[in-house]
Amino acid sequence: MTKTYINRAPQDTGGTWLTYVSLGVVLLFSAFPVYWMFVISTSTDEAVAQIPPSVLPGGEFWTNANEVFTLNEVFFAASLINSVIVSSVITLATLFFCSLAGFAFAKLRFRGRNALLVVVVLTLTVPSQLGIVALYIVMGKLGWNGTLLAVIAPGLVSAFGVFYMRQFIAHAVPDELVESARIDGALNMRVYWNIVLPAIRPALAVLGLLTFVMAWNDFQWPLIQLNGTDFPTSMVALSDLASGNYVIYRRVLAGAFIATVPLIVLLLIGGRQIVRGIMEGAVKS
Amino acid sequence: MSLTELRPASHRPAPPPKKVRTRSWLYRFDNKTIPYVFISPFFILFGIFGVFPLIFNGVVAVRNWRLDDPTLTGWAGLGNFERLLSDEDFWNALGNTFGIFILSTVPQLLIALIIANLLNRKLRGTTFWRIGILLPYLTPVVASTLVFAIFFARDNGMANWFLSLVGFGQETPLDWRAQKWSAWIAIATMVNWKWIGYNALLYLSAMQAIPKDVYEAAAVDGAGAWRQLWRITVPMIQPVVVFTVILSTIGGLQLFNEPMMFDENPQSASGGSAHQFQTIAQLIYKVGWKDLDLGYAAAMSWALFLIILLVAGLNTLLTRRIGGDR
Repeated sequence: MTKTYINRAPQDTGGTWLTYVSLGVVLLFSAFPVYWMFVISTSTDEAVAQIPPSVLPGGEFWTNANEVFTLNEVFFAASLINSVIVSSVITLATLFFCSLAGFAFAKLRFRGRNALLVVVVLTLTVPSQLGIVALYIVMGKLGWNGTLLAVIAPGLVSAFGVFYMRQFIAHAVPDELVESARIDGALNMRVYWNIVLPAIRPALAVLGLLTFVMAWNDFQWPLIQLNGTDFPTSMVALSDLASGNYVIYRRVLAGAFIATVPLIVLLLIGGRQIVRGIMEGAVKS
Repeated sequence: MSLTELRPASHRPAPPPKKVRTRSWLYRFDNKTIPYVFISPFFILFGIFGVFPLIFNGVVAVRNWRLDDPTLTGWAGLGNFERLLSDEDFWNALGNTFGIFILSTVPQLLIALIIANLLNRKLRGTTFWRIGILLPYLTPVVASTLVFAIFFARDNGMANWFLSLVGFGQETPLDWRAQKWSAWIAIATMVNWKWIGYNALLYLSAMQAIPKDVYEAAAVDGAGAWRQLWRITVPMIQPVVVFTVILSTIGGLQLFNEPMMFDENPQSASGGSAHQFQTIAQLIYKVGWKDLDLGYAAAMSWALFLIILLVAGLNTLLTRRIGGDR
């Protein structure tokens, strides 16, 4: 066994105990901050400053959570609802608009298709965050500043989504299926709804999960829009919770943990899809 | 007109002619216009909220545009850009951004490579490991940074405790936020923590696309596992390495969340008592929405845009060069 690994591809080489120990350490480092967030959110004030650090959860979670939810100026409960609304609307819209456009780019013939697809790919590289100042002025002209609409609108479509959907539909939906449905008199919308959508469920799951995570974690733009309002998103509420002269960490981390739980649940349910989405994205780009 | 003309490849019989005639306008519309209708939401929404602001930003940058005093308008010419050149805060923020960027990108990508190489074996529980290392990627930066802020606390912080364990204990505990170098390291640690797993998966996916016979051929030279990684694997996945370098350049130079939340008072956006770790993205936010000077903030955004283009281009060349020499 000692030297056989040399002439083989790594994929064919079994992991040694060292591989597993190393991966275990990596996993420990990955999980510890999140786990410790949970520990502190269940503890009293003393636990935060304890040396060596406390690593076992206490029994104060409900007390801490209750304090977070009843703080007047933070609007934490409302912020969670807002985050759900913002992330869900963005996710559903992205899935619908991107799969619709992806279908057109993959299966329909129209003038300028290839040129327009190139435009989509080019916009992939646009760091739109750099336009936030002007975006704020645009939102002002629309009268949306300080509303959830302003947070939602820029996230409704994504160039990555269109491109990802186009690639997937091109492979997953046979041309013959689309054509025979058209011959039978089905309109494009019906083809999209009855043939394309059912065939691309795995891609919808991947794009949906990635989009939801991104929308939930977004901070800068929601902060600009909703800071100081009565209806922040949970990330903005968290920054509010952590500001001020006297910060109570068990309370802050209880809030942080509550705002992280939905994503942990998503990782447990859809981890496989998220991994696949990231790995497929790499191959394509 | 009949549908068979448009779809000559079909082997199915055409639908009854009567139906076609009565609804032909609908089918023509469906063929000619509907594709554009399908792609229009993307182009309209992305145009309004993505492309237009980026261009309009250039107009705002050469005007006076204040939120607190709407009467103060008009062309500023290159005034905002001139101000930028002599603005100490800007140069300080630029230095901080680059410092944190280098401290985070280089270790991040190297460690990701090594982890990807570990994952690129015949393992038990493949999916478990892959999902596990993605936990930091999913965790909201705002939440995780709050945890790291306690790790890097001066008094009774875990980082200082760890330093004392390995023999670097100080008389007076290290105040991580106080100095540039220590604050940069703390923030870079957070960035590394978040992105290593994600990049490892990108590398892993590219590694698995390498044909196995490449390795078999190289075995003749007696390449060991470590040399195999650097001599064969890394050059073979070079396009993805370039891609991750560009990604982390774009992301790293716009770093906002970590320095924001690492501050003792996040809402101040000051990046420490003496701006030790204020990044450009943070400064743009402060100038725009705390000082209410949108014109100047827009000029800064444009400057950052140019810097990103420049650095991304340089890094691409550099990565290509390093990979190409092997």
